[in-house]
Amino acid sequence: MRMSDFVVREAIVPDLPATNKEGVIRAMVESLRAAGQFRGADLEDIIRAILKREFLGSTGIGRGVAIPHTKHNSVERLVGTVAISQKGIAFDSLDGEPVHVFVLLISPQDRPGDHLRALENVSRSLRDDNFVRALRGATTREEIIALLDRAEH
Amino acid sequence: MNGEPLVQKVVITNPQGFHMRPMAAFAQLASHFESSVKVCREGQSVNGKSILDLMLLAAAQGSELTLEVAGSDAQAALDALVQLLKMPTEDEPPQPTVA
Repeated sequence: MRMSDFVVREAIVPDLPATNKEGVIRAMVESLRAAGQFRGADLEDIIRAILKREFLGSTGIGRGVAIPHTKHNSVERLVGTVAISQKGIAFDSLDGEPVHVFVLLISPQDRPGDHLRALENVSRSLRDDNFVRALRGATTREEIIALLDRAEH
Repeated sequence: MNGEPLVQKVVITNPQGFHMRPMAAFAQLASHFESSVKVCREGQSVNGKSILDLMLLAAAQGSELTLEVAGSDAQAALDALVQLLKMPTEDEPPQPTVA
């Protein structure tokens, strides 16, 4: 599995207008809905599930990166999106720093292995400081797509 | 410093595998100790104090992890980390045993 296998290109958010955690999650899930990844009726339930997961412990893993996620029956395969905030958003991260790069994942209930492989993949890409720096500097969807494609080995 | 690491194998029993919440708890707990903590799976060895490293393991239910802990507080660290790996997370209660 590669990041481009589950990141929905049309749902990438290059310049997050959000100013807080809920706003980030809402914008990203809304973007996946607009890209037709699940029924509109499931929107609020998915947002709630992701916020509930954040309440158990922030997915802000440090280094300006967060990976909000949930399992939900509304998707038949694992889907995700990427969002960038130039100014950074407080996300209760493990290192206390604001988050600039968000990778949001929604996976089917019965496929824990896919979720773990997606995390592995995200880690392979985001462990590269230059890659994270380039992502943070990206201002258009096309730029982000090009970076994700180039990151695949 | 103690040269030989303490080594223990743990099998992941959680149906969700070794996922992000237990990874975060593991990395945070490991960081409390002075000892170095390595987690190995199928020839891959990562730093147990880094959640980004632990994500590389992609350890599903049934995976065997090998912990290698070296340093002045190695035994305490190993015991605490093994216990954490065996603990169910709050929304995944242990399966009721069938009579």
